[in-house]
Amino acid sequence: MPKRTDIETIMIIGSGPIVIGQAVEFDYSGVQACKALKELGYRVVLVNSNPATIMTDPEFADATYVEPLTVDMCDKIIAEEKPDVLLPTVGGQTALNLTLDLKKAGVLDKHGVEIIGAKLESIEVAEDREIFKAVMSEIGLKSPRSEVVGSVEDALKVADEIGYPVLIRPSFTLGGSGGGVAYTPEELKKVVANGIHQSPVHEVLIDQSLLGWKEYELELMRDNKGNFVVVCSIENLDPMGVHTGDSITVAPAQTLTDKELQRLRNYSRMIFDCIGITTGGANVQFAINPDDGEVFVIEMNPRVSRSSALASKATGFPIAKIAALLAVGMTLDEISNDITRVTPASFEPSLDYVVVKIPRWDFKKFAGVNEILGVQMKAVGEVMAIGRTFPEALQKAVRALDIGIDGLGAKIEHVTTPETLRVPTAQRLYQIATSIRGGVRLEEIVKQTQFDMWFVQQMQETLQIHDTILTQNLKLDDLNKRDFLRLKRYGYSDAYIAQLVNEDEIAVRERRKSLGVVANYYRVDTCAAEFEAQTPYLYSTYEEDSEVFPSDKQKVMILGGGPNRIGQGIEFDYCCVHACFALSDMGYETIMVNCNPETVSTDYDTADRLYFEPLTTEDVLNIIDVEKPDGVLVQFGGQTPLNIAGELEKAGAPIWGTTVETIDLAEDRKRFNALMEELSIPQPAGATVLSREEALAAAKKISYPILVRPSYVLGGRGMAIIFEELGLLQWLDNNVEWSGHPVLIDQFLEDAFEVDVDALCDGTDVTIGGIMQHIEEAGIHSGDSACVLPPYKIPQYHLDIIRDYTHRIGKRLQVKGLFNIQFAIKDEEVYVLEVNPRSSRTVPFVSKATGIPLARYAAMIAAGKTLQDLDFLEEPHVDGFFVKEAMLPFQKFPGVDARLGPEMRSTGEVMGHASNFGHAFAKAQMATNSPLPESGTVCISVNDMDKATVTRIARNLHRMGFKIIATHGTAEWLNRYNVPAERINKLAEGSPHIVDALENGEIQLMINTPLGGQAHEDGAAIRSMCYQVDVPIITTMSAAMASMEGIKRRSEKPLKVRSLQKHHKVNGLKL
Amino acid sequence: MSKGVLVLEDGRIFSGEGFGIEGVQTGEVVFNTSMTGYQEILTDPSYYRQIVTMTVPHIGNTGINLEDVESAKVWVSGFVVRSLSPIVSNWRNRGDLDTYLKEQGVIGLSEVATRALVRHIREKGVMRAAIAHGDAADDTAELLKIAQESLDMSGANLVDDVTTPEPYNWTEQSDPQWYADHEYNPDGLLILAYDYGIKNNILRMLTDRGLRVRVVPAQMTPDEMMAQNPAGVFLSNGPGDPAAVGYAIDNVRNLLGEVPIFGICLGHQILSLALGGKTEKMRFGHRGGNQPVKNLLNGNVEISSHNHGFAVKQDSELSGGEVTHINLNDNTIEGVRHTGLRAFSVQYHPEASPGPHDSLYLFDEFVNAVKNNDKIISNK
Repeated sequence: MPKRTDIETIMIIGSGPIVIGQAVEFDYSGVQACKALKELGYRVVLVNSNPATIMTDPEFADATYVEPLTVDMCDKIIAEEKPDVLLPTVGGQTALNLTLDLKKAGVLDKHGVEIIGAKLESIEVAEDREIFKAVMSEIGLKSPRSEVVGSVEDALKVADEIGYPVLIRPSFTLGGSGGGVAYTPEELKKVVANGIHQSPVHEVLIDQSLLGWKEYELELMRDNKGNFVVVCSIENLDPMGVHTGDSITVAPAQTLTDKELQRLRNYSRMIFDCIGITTGGANVQFAINPDDGEVFVIEMNPRVSRSSALASKATGFPIAKIAALLAVGMTLDEISNDITRVTPASFEPSLDYVVVKIPRWDFKKFAGVNEILGVQMKAVGEVMAIGRTFPEALQKAVRALDIGIDGLGAKIEHVTTPETLRVPTAQRLYQIATSIRGGVRLEEIVKQTQFDMWFVQQMQETLQIHDTILTQNLKLDDLNKRDFLRLKRYGYSDAYIAQLVNEDEIAVRERRKSLGVVANYYRVDTCAAEFEAQTPYLYSTYEEDSEVFPSDKQKVMILGGGPNRIGQGIEFDYCCVHACFALSDMGYETIMVNCNPETVSTDYDTADRLYFEPLTTEDVLNIIDVEKPDGVLVQFGGQTPLNIAGELEKAGAPIWGTTVETIDLAEDRKRFNALMEELSIPQPAGATVLSREEALAAAKKISYPILVRPSYVLGGRGMAIIFEELGLLQWLDNNVEWSGHPVLIDQFLEDAFEVDVDALCDGTDVTIGGIMQHIEEAGIHSGDSACVLPPYKIPQYHLDIIRDYTHRIGKRLQVKGLFNIQFAIKDEEVYVLEVNPRSSRTVPFVSKATGIPLARYAAMIAAGKTLQDLDFLEEPHVDGFFVKEAMLPFQKFPGVDARLGPEMRSTGEVMGHASNFGHAFAKAQMATNSPLPESGTVCISVNDMDKATVTRIARNLHRMGFKIIATHGTAEWLNRYNVPAERINKLAEGSPHIVDALENGEIQLMINTPLGGQAHEDGAAIRSMCYQVDVPIITTMSAAMASMEGIKRRSEKPLKVRSLQKHHKVNGLKL
Repeated sequence: MSKGVLVLEDGRIFSGEGFGIEGVQTGEVVFNTSMTGYQEILTDPSYYRQIVTMTVPHIGNTGINLEDVESAKVWVSGFVVRSLSPIVSNWRNRGDLDTYLKEQGVIGLSEVATRALVRHIREKGVMRAAIAHGDAADDTAELLKIAQESLDMSGANLVDDVTTPEPYNWTEQSDPQWYADHEYNPDGLLILAYDYGIKNNILRMLTDRGLRVRVVPAQMTPDEMMAQNPAGVFLSNGPGDPAAVGYAIDNVRNLLGEVPIFGICLGHQILSLALGGKTEKMRFGHRGGNQPVKNLLNGNVEISSHNHGFAVKQDSELSGGEVTHINLNDNTIEGVRHTGLRAFSVQYHPEASPGPHDSLYLFDEFVNAVKNNDKIISNK
């Protein structure tokens, strides 16, 4: 059936801020959906609170609302835009949930909005575990059994029926505490007794355990005629018990016979039928008993998901785009396969390569977190690698992770014993490799890890090659063409071979090339070469016949950001994609290199050619050898491509834009200090030290508090504020290895205001894109701090100094493109904290607020344009206020102190905008899912320095009708100034105390600002609990002031919504 | 493992590591894009005189089991893969692929640049080749000669080589863990199945549906057939050029109208030829489990299993018969029917094995046709 003609306007809900478990993949799916539906001629209305996304660029929709994803806001947007239909399936769980809420609240019926892409009833069945299980059983499929019990006796009875081992999960405990596994009745008695005790409702869930079962997933699509295809089968290396998002996965499935695979396909179809999935994409997860093939259905997601992003990239089948087309009534056979262009989308991709996905974790950022992987996802990103074989893909994925490991057999610091193999952690893959090399029997490894023997054996085969080199003590010159080919076909990197033969990487590369062993590029074509691929989506391998036919057009290569991690997220993909579009518009052929399957940059239609490859020197140089680009852009993908820029330049790559020399000048502490001195621009006192003794001496000279960090890090990894010598010693012990990399020590400007500036420079002129004032004071990482554009409390005098410094620094550094400067203002003095001569995290936010396409301009400058050419010589004026707020992941990490600090820990961001600051701030808070309360109780516990400031805040809150409770000292202080405040116990003072009150829902807003030394630790329990129970927590006075203003403004006037297109009064605005 | 080589008739050489037996074999090089089901493919008689290249790189992972066979032996002349799995991992496994091919006397070749080979065939068309394992692999000039002198698939009647010498009754049903449970019916209607190289799963699908199945030699005459009073006749899949099996075409022509007839693959081509159509050799055929076939009668798309190097010509005159299915990739005729003569057939494999089970309904339609012997075939 052709597309529906009875609808005109389609509303799409995005997934909001990036959080663990719901990441960039929904920018990819949203962009695909918006593009596809606009191309069909529909009017698209988009709502998404995340300004860092590409989908929220005004060009992708007709009306783009960067507004909180709440029922109230959507109601207003729907009233304004009058969409005919709502597509909820491309915005993750957030969009599905919001759609259910909109339906329940009657908003959709009130405005006559139809849901397309999924049926509400289907969503409900799929989402409710109990109903889902019942439905599975109706159609004769098995799912894990589970029952709720309230006593040990009942638990024993249920466990007997289900069979041991069983999982015990206490009801309503946070983070699953009090749960466990029981293999025997004795163990069961113990765990259940404890669980019942811990559960507030004194109940536990007894679940059938499928621990050790194999886990598979099918990605499926169906159209309204019932046409049904399996896009991809995915097999998890990690067995059941580890969340799929935390599992290493492989496509296609490697250990199923056809009979077994078709059974899963048939089951999926039955599930579609009975749940009523009539159109769109969905996935089904299965567990299979490795001993007898028994199949259990685990769950189904009736929407585009993280795995469907992976499946799209793994196969070349654009699931999100096609899901959108199916939602408006088209059928699979009416949609053409973009890659072959001659065959339809009604087919099942055939893969003649192997895809490996490895998650990327960032546990180092969260001291105290439980690093054991389990049923709750903890990864912050992922990489995908394509190879002709599993070993080749696996080793490519390992080096793509950008975690300093060049190959599977690399030495790791973690101890490996059979017991450690049993525990799923981020290190387990490397522990397995270490065990194999240590001679542990494969059977033993399989027994401990429950990995399929096939994968373990493939790893062994891979590692044998390198052990051969080591045992024969081979030198580089001993390696012949045959050896190299073998190494390369098993995915060995030059860097790793270099370690094996004790040479440097470039020497290995040269020897390899001299032997004629060079990478060839094959196409991802959906059809195993049965048809010619028209779309150049490529991966490297060391087999005959290259399939890349470089043109002699002028072309530019853009290096992407690699896996998402904290500090390097979607913002950099945004910049890469914009650079790509800009250069394409200028007439260049564009080449994208990236290895992150979640992104828009790795869509095959973003650049003219896509190389799905790791961002290492070797992999990038190999592509450069083939493509011979005129320019290479390294400044858009964050730190990952910058780190290899020097090597690339040395090897002769034409780096465009800001030079490697400039990057070094800004990043090398000593050179940068000298430069600031030359420009007479003040910096906090600082020192670069190479030993413990130097560190102590420097700290004394600078005087505490100080800010310390290892050099060359992104997102402030390991960064800390230290208040006294003892703290410094502790920090050095925990964070520094003194392996040649220096440690930076800076004066900490306590209580200073911080300001971020994004600006463009073409070498001659500088134009500021935006000046953002941080809401939190100095000491909070800029990525974790809320900020406001334009600045709202900084005197013109200081702003002018900031502008002056920005101009002088940009020109002196000879930046050609974007740069970002962080300033601090303390005691009337403006200091420069750091300069980053690259695109920054705030670029998409500033672009959305100002309507100026900064990343696009930066790419054009890199390609030789001047600011004059671009007619962009004046700092843009900002209408109203735009507040960016950070999204923090503490809810996922119970037990981790949620105090903000110099180390960045947020995973994403939201934007709120309004004509006044209070409303903008309130919207931003709302968008992070912790809206400021409109009434209720505020709990205040602040240190002495903040007591004066908090008085005003408390008084205002009291006037607005809030009840104030406070800890002893604060309450006394407030009462003294006639602010009625009830006293509540600190933790140490015994129950009922603050944490009890939080848990009981007696507190709606928490203001807690410990400062200095030990006091910082005391509030940890309070902060952690706030995240667990969703109570907004404010840890700085400036944020408290802002919140008060937000609450006040909101009580005076309702919030309004406004699309970016309307705000900037431009249609067809390209950012 | 030792040296192995594949020498194509146009002189291109692909080297690799041999497995299975040592020696030299010839055959037509074809590729199959199914990602699973190598055991079924190896034992499918339609691959007789062909060297099969699998596009999915890892082969042998799930080993060999007792159930997933489509006939009693391996029929391929050679088996070419990118990476032979040195171990097997599957709960049903009873042995490894290397040993199996040795037992079956078949040459395998691993570590081959299979994608390059596939692209070569796609561009140049299927061609003859010699596959060698062991010392014979060294003399590529000789192998080239052998390849060029080997059997040409066009005009080759291979049915005579693969058909059963004697009729036999088939009673085995499918395993209920893979297909819905069916009850065996010893008193079911009798179907005579011409064996042009029949796959076991076709017989299981017919038996599952309550039919009594007797497999007969391809040469059995219409009179001998009708003397057994069958409720329907089935025309099986098989290897070679359909136009070369003149007696089969004649036999079918003589049976048309007598009883309902259902054909698959070669059986489809023979039915089409019997109706007056023409067949042609395709450049590289369809072999895989992901082909989109559109049922023109209801508009649905079936993801189907294919294995054919010949096809019914698109301008065929079918004596009033009509095209019921086409392949959406290249518009190949994938199904025909003649309602008056109560005959229908499909080019692809509704029995799957390997491949998706989307087209099993065709067996149900055949059952309906034989049950309502006097009615016209409805084909939904």
